[in-house]
Amino acid sequence: MAPLTRGERKNLWLGLAFASPWIVGFLAFTCFPILSSFYYSFTRYDLVRDPVWLGLDNYAGFVTDSDFRLVAGNTFWWVLISSPLGVISAFLMALLLNSRIVLRSFFRAVFFFPAIVPVVVTAFVWIFLLNVQYGAINSTLQHLGFQVIPFISSPDLIKWSLILIHMWSQGAAMVIFLATLQDVPRSLYEAATVDGANALHRLWHVTIPMVSPVILFNLVMSFIGGFQYFTLPWIMTQGGPNRAAEFYAIYLYRNAFNYFRMGKASALAWVLFVLILFFTLVLFRSSGRFVYYAGSAR
Amino acid sequence: MATDILRPAPTPQRRNQLGHFIGQFLKYFVLILLAVSFVLPFYWMLSSAVKDDSQVYVVPPVWFPNPQFWENFWNAWNSETFNLWTFNTVVRYALPVTLGTVISSSLVAYSFARIPWRGRNALFAIVLATLMIPDWVRLVPLFIIFKNLKWINTFLPLVVPHFFGNAFFIFLLRQFFMALPLELSDAARIDGANELSIMIRIILPLSKAALAVVALFTFMNAWNDYLGPLIYMNVEDKWVLTLGVGRLRSAVDEIGNTKLAYPYLMAVSSLITLPVFLAFFFTQRSFIEGISLTGIKG
Repeated sequence: MAPLTRGERKNLWLGLAFASPWIVGFLAFTCFPILSSFYYSFTRYDLVRDPVWLGLDNYAGFVTDSDFRLVAGNTFWWVLISSPLGVISAFLMALLLNSRIVLRSFFRAVFFFPAIVPVVVTAFVWIFLLNVQYGAINSTLQHLGFQVIPFISSPDLIKWSLILIHMWSQGAAMVIFLATLQDVPRSLYEAATVDGANALHRLWHVTIPMVSPVILFNLVMSFIGGFQYFTLPWIMTQGGPNRAAEFYAIYLYRNAFNYFRMGKASALAWVLFVLILFFTLVLFRSSGRFVYYAGSAR
Repeated sequence: MATDILRPAPTPQRRNQLGHFIGQFLKYFVLILLAVSFVLPFYWMLSSAVKDDSQVYVVPPVWFPNPQFWENFWNAWNSETFNLWTFNTVVRYALPVTLGTVISSSLVAYSFARIPWRGRNALFAIVLATLMIPDWVRLVPLFIIFKNLKWINTFLPLVVPHFFGNAFFIFLLRQFFMALPLELSDAARIDGANELSIMIRIILPLSKAALAVVALFTFMNAWNDYLGPLIYMNVEDKWVLTLGVGRLRSAVDEIGNTKLAYPYLMAVSSLITLPVFLAFFFTQRSFIEGISLTGIKG
């Protein structure tokens, strides 16, 4: 590196001064916690007595821990089902809103709004809506002489009910899709039409390739969020019924803040981190085949 | 050959018209169906808020309660200390967090966007990389740190970290600042202004729209936040609204149900959704643009 001139040195100090809030915060609220969490993950620590060094015991324990296997299974199920379904739901909504319709901004607002209501409200409204006896759906079913559906109280159905709510609140991903769809050049569609492509062909050969980077982006965000899924299942059933909705983050929360097993919880957090990193990388690696970047030559 | 002439083959245009009509019909059918499914839960919430128990525990469900008990809103709000929890949410949590985020993030973004210093791109890459770190990895060690600082049951753990910049908003503001012409700063510099006054007098006033998005999102995230207060607040007079409504929820689950449990829960849920709805209604464009810009969930 060439030595800095006087002006460059001045700019360096200025730049660092302006960026200093983030640098200090990064050291204090990201680096230090993460490093200490790494240390705690090798210990037993209950916040009262000093941490006791356990070596790899916390991590090794997960291999035989049936609770760990249960929540990991639930979480993999959740990530693998909810991510594609959520992305598809967001994409289809965006596609619909992108076509020529009247009152577009009204419909866009309606589709989007569930994404920004407080999660507690979403949880309470759906708890009532899906209530086995007096919820709007089951009450109607009973009236019509059908069997009630135990959406929340059945361990077989709770996850699907959560999927339903997840697909219902995809407004943010939808808006991102919508912005991308509006950027697809019209000329591509016109050229395809001239070549005799029908609507389905245009969707498959023009629209989807053009928005594929955003499909990947939304999938990745959904994976990252899915592995950390907490608030909605926690408020609705605290992981129940019969632990069917006990996801990884709920188990982590319990260990940390109910049982004060800070060591084990730190180890759980690190495993989660590695899992997220691993799956995100796999997604990126395998994406080369189906993602088309218009800006770069293939 | 002859019959072909007698029976007029559908001209391409007529077939197109029919297909067009069916397509339009299907499109609007799905559009309205979806819109109803997004609105109905909120309508159920609102209409249930003004019900009496006799209109709740009944088959078929009551969609148009008559008579309506509007006093439920008032009574539900006063059945717990919701005034205090609103004060906590707004004055002690959301406002300080918004202030801190706007100030710190714009300082840091200014450094990355408008001060040419060596290494800024590398540091900016680290800022973006921190977005990949799952919150759960930092949650446990941060709790330990804040507990050692005796910050549990204060608003400090929820507020202080926000004074050190938020990676998403640093990114958003940087993009915005970079789009402003450099000549603006040069002219001011010739007049002898220093960087801080250039930022405050010239750049920030031109970035009101972006700053508003940052403030809006930060405020709403705090308003909707559940996990943060859940971890750090375990005395009721430090609760925020999202924790407070949980009180009414437990009444719903009590056996031999408490009087008006569902109407009260729905009434307060409606009331805490109202500010979000109003904010969204009046700032729809910045909301949606902000999300498509950063790809974050509001």
